[in-house]
Amino acid sequence: MTTQHITVTVNGQAREADVEPRLLLVHLLRDEFGLTGTHTGCDTSNCGACTVHVDGRSAKSCTMLAVQANGAEVRTIEGMEQGGKLHPLQQAFWDQHGLQCGFCTPGMIMQSAHLLEQNPDPTEDEIREGIAGNLCRCTGYVNIVKAIQQGAAELRSAETATEAGAASA
Amino acid sequence: MIPGQFDYVRPGSLDEALRILKDREGEAKILSGGYSLLPLLKLRLAQPALLVDIQGLAGLDGIIRTDDDWRIGARATHRSILEHDGLGTEHPVIRDAAGGIGDQQVRNWGTIGGSIAHADPSSDWPAVLLALRGTVVVRSLEGERALPARGFFVDTFQTGIDASEVLTEVRVPHAAPGTASAYVKLERRAGDFATVGVAAVLQLGADGRIASAGIALTAVNDAPFAATDAEAAIVGQAPGDDTWVAAAAAAAGQARPVGDSHGPADYKAAMVREITVRALRKAASRALDA
Repeated sequence: MTTQHITVTVNGQAREADVEPRLLLVHLLRDEFGLTGTHTGCDTSNCGACTVHVDGRSAKSCTMLAVQANGAEVRTIEGMEQGGKLHPLQQAFWDQHGLQCGFCTPGMIMQSAHLLEQNPDPTEDEIREGIAGNLCRCTGYVNIVKAIQQGAAELRSAETATEAGAASA
Repeated sequence: MIPGQFDYVRPGSLDEALRILKDREGEAKILSGGYSLLPLLKLRLAQPALLVDIQGLAGLDGIIRTDDDWRIGARATHRSILEHDGLGTEHPVIRDAAGGIGDQQVRNWGTIGGSIAHADPSSDWPAVLLALRGTVVVRSLEGERALPARGFFVDTFQTGIDASEVLTEVRVPHAAPGTASAYVKLERRAGDFATVGVAAVLQLGADGRIASAGIALTAVNDAPFAATDAEAAIVGQAPGDDTWVAAAAAAAGQARPVGDSHGPADYKAAMVREITVRALRKAASRALDA
């Protein structure tokens, strides 16, 4: 069985590895690249704790091979903070107590970020449908939904501010 | 869970993929989105020596309307099908089914071709394709074959695709005037496989009676199947609950549910009847609204 040399851009940085084809993307991220923010939960594509973005699409990294991501751009929870400032969704999970044990949180945040990229102003039902593939074993969904609502509002106002700035420039 | 060992190739063209399949016949398996195949690899229920990843093949992910039919590329994702306005408007059964598959992450990557080739006996697309009397197009180095959906799903995880062939396209005919459709799925929780799923396509004639019907069920037999007895029972009848109940009884006669974690067999038999009625009722109400 031959290993394959792959290059994956993770959070904007090109990273290389020699991997067995059977290596899962979540193990590449955690064990090869040391990015342990992405969690392995159920390992059966049910729980969503391993959710990352691959070429802009949310994916369960326990159900994708590292070689499938060869050449792709991957974004993980570690790539959300910018310049020492938490992403609005990270801050919102903090503010709204959107986590209890925190195990599902990286996947929840990555999936909600994907949801808000598709739909910046979702209804509560759309939020609940959007995170249907992410399980919170503490069942803290009420505050998770509140956190996503806060994050969505802040991202929209940041977008409006950017547009206003561009218009006045 | 760690899959067994295998080699991996990512061909750049369909011909290259077909040559690899021919050279490694019986050892190679096609990898599309991976959401059906990877769980099997991790459980070691499938142990191919070689995975042929077709993500690099151009032109397999389109959704095209021709004068004759809709042509859905094998690599069209559940999400791209869900978000396609024209297809879902003409065939609501397709939109119903696409929106109920897995969750957003699964729909982002899972493909219709992968799902149909995999042929899980509880999957949604086969029932939809059977009810719409669609066609599965497969290609090998020898050429192309168009296989009617009815007859394609031969057994659990078994289809009419040969080991040297790739599923390239799914075709569904246009809806005749007066036609409407629906897919209703009973699931234990969000994103689950169906306990039972029913696809219903009804055409109402000018006299208000049912001119033609397509009814197919998933998760309650060795493979998804067309409930042909139910179809025969309602053609020529007036739409209404008596007709739906008769169809449901006929469908239950063709179902062979087995008890498992979704419930005991007698419960599933009852659910076959109930969900068949609901799917027909929903399709009929759409036909009458149109």
